[in-house]
Amino acid sequence: MATISIRDIRKSYGNTEVIHGVSIDVADGEFIVIVGPSGCGKSTLLRMVAGLERITGGTIDIGGRVVNELEPRERDIAMVFQNYALYPHMSVFDNMAYGLKIAGQSKEEIRARVDKAAAMLQLEPYLDRKPRALSGGQRQRVAMGRALVRDPAVFLFDEPLSNLDAKLRVQMRLEIKQLQRSVGTTSLYVTHDQVEAMTLADRLVVMNGGIAEQIDTPMAVYERPATRFVAGFIGSPAMNMLEGTAKGSIFALEGGGRLTFGDAELAETERPVLLGVRPEHLKLAASDEAALELSVTAVETLGADTLAHGSLSGANGAGSALVARLPGSVKVTPGDTLPLAIDARSVHLFDAETGRRV
Amino acid sequence: MEKRVTFDHRLLPYLLLTPQLVVTIVFFFWPAAQALYQSLLLPDPFGLSSRFVWLSNFEYLFNDRYYLEAFTTTAVFTFFVTLVSMSMALLFAVLADQVIKGASTYKTLLIWPYAVAPAVAGVMWLFMFQPSIGVLAFYMKAVGVPWNPVLDGTHAMTLVILAAAWKQISYNFLFFLAGLQAIPKSLIEAAAIDGAGKWHRFRTIVFPLLSPTTFFLLVVNVVYAFFETFGIIHTMTAGGPGRSTTILVYKVYSDGFVGQDLGSSAAQSVILMLVVGVLTIIQFRYIERRVHY
Repeated sequence: MATISIRDIRKSYGNTEVIHGVSIDVADGEFIVIVGPSGCGKSTLLRMVAGLERITGGTIDIGGRVVNELEPRERDIAMVFQNYALYPHMSVFDNMAYGLKIAGQSKEEIRARVDKAAAMLQLEPYLDRKPRALSGGQRQRVAMGRALVRDPAVFLFDEPLSNLDAKLRVQMRLEIKQLQRSVGTTSLYVTHDQVEAMTLADRLVVMNGGIAEQIDTPMAVYERPATRFVAGFIGSPAMNMLEGTAKGSIFALEGGGRLTFGDAELAETERPVLLGVRPEHLKLAASDEAALELSVTAVETLGADTLAHGSLSGANGAGSALVARLPGSVKVTPGDTLPLAIDARSVHLFDAETGRRV
Repeated sequence: MEKRVTFDHRLLPYLLLTPQLVVTIVFFFWPAAQALYQSLLLPDPFGLSSRFVWLSNFEYLFNDRYYLEAFTTTAVFTFFVTLVSMSMALLFAVLADQVIKGASTYKTLLIWPYAVAPAVAGVMWLFMFQPSIGVLAFYMKAVGVPWNPVLDGTHAMTLVILAAAWKQISYNFLFFLAGLQAIPKSLIEAAAIDGAGKWHRFRTIVFPLLSPTTFFLLVVNVVYAFFETFGIIHTMTAGGPGRSTTILVYKVYSDGFVGQDLGSSAAQSVILMLVVGVLTIIQFRYIERRVHY
């Protein structure tokens, strides 16, 4: 068990810098999820913590010890890989015992530890099998077990669920969360899946283009996205973005037209901004109370919810694409025009140029 | 489902197979049948007529001290050629696998020796180690290493083993390198995180995962040492000094074409054919169930 302190970490390949100074402080026992689109540097960051990539600049500190120059094996970490990385020629038992044997544990100790981990992961019937005789979910469990038996200071997860099918992924997600709770080991978890990120994390690190755009609890990231990127990345369907300027209770759209927020005051902006509103914060309203009208072009019914895709219509500056998440009970068909109200408290404003929250 | 090509015309598939079949029959089956037939004949001293003698050529061979000696010589030669060429190739492959800058240059250079014809390789090694004019022989003498492959059978054997092994390293290198590159990197990384040092990783992860390649190469190298080293032996030692480097395939040649004992030579060929057959069976059976972990 340990804290992790990442200070202004940088990574360059040749002259190309791919991580531009990321700092994260991880408390003991915390579950941190690093989320971002592919190529954002999240895996590279994790691999630097693991010691599989050299660190170009900055320091990584695990449990009060700077590990920049240490070999992976000296860092007291365990890692779960996307493709499981099980040793194909060894039985499940030997896979889990591999690290313990190297550490010079006694036979009884190894047996006891592997049995304990196998019991936690319901792997007892499979200990003698080779990895190829296991299903994807079982392989994933063995990979977890291999990390678990070593009782390391830190768990590192590199997209461990992306090779599993959707149903299994949901199940394993829960299991990972429960497991981490019960052993209380500090964990760094990399994923591109925002649902995984939201559900697993104590705190989220949203990365984009080699920088950490926001580090906060999942709810805080959802409720107060720090940048336009975060706003668009977390939440599904993505947040609607409208260009314009705000003044008082009126948001003047770029293409003419306006949104009115009754008596609520918006933060005043001189410059063009982006107004972000999540699809779930658009509500059906009476025509005279509506802030905007959506002319529906496509409808996705999800059961509990109905997603109405379309664009702004009427006097409100036609053209901007918009999605509304409506209750499943609402009947919508393409061609409809829906009057929608926006709660001013659920509106986000972002600087059009820098993308920062206003 | 496996996709199969189907032909509308009944004769077309046979027509397409004909060239391959003709080549196989003319250059493989025919000579093999000829050898089989010859091995049952005994020609008279002037080669004017032959007599059918059943298996007495074989009977004679297995009572021939020299022939049995050639078996031992072949075993020693094959063992060391295989050992040296495979271990060197594995070493080079592991090293080349780690090179990042100029990796393809290294690989190309390491593959080159394979393009050298056996006889040329033999002559080259012969010149380097020839006791009177060889460059390396000169230096060996200078540092006091006794060296005379022309007179000493062990020296001669060492020399042909080295030349034959050198020639085969490239081939083995290619396969080992491909084998190494087929091992997922994350396995090595997982082992590194599990605490395994370089050597331990090689011993417990890399080498076991290379075993299909290793076994395949073992068979290929044995076949190579048995049959394809004729050119090297012929140019370097001609089976001598004495019979110290006369391996089975060389004895087929020297008994048949130098000694003019065609019956015995043919019988030896038949025995070698059986050896190849056995090796092939081993290889096929193994490759069929090559997923062994």
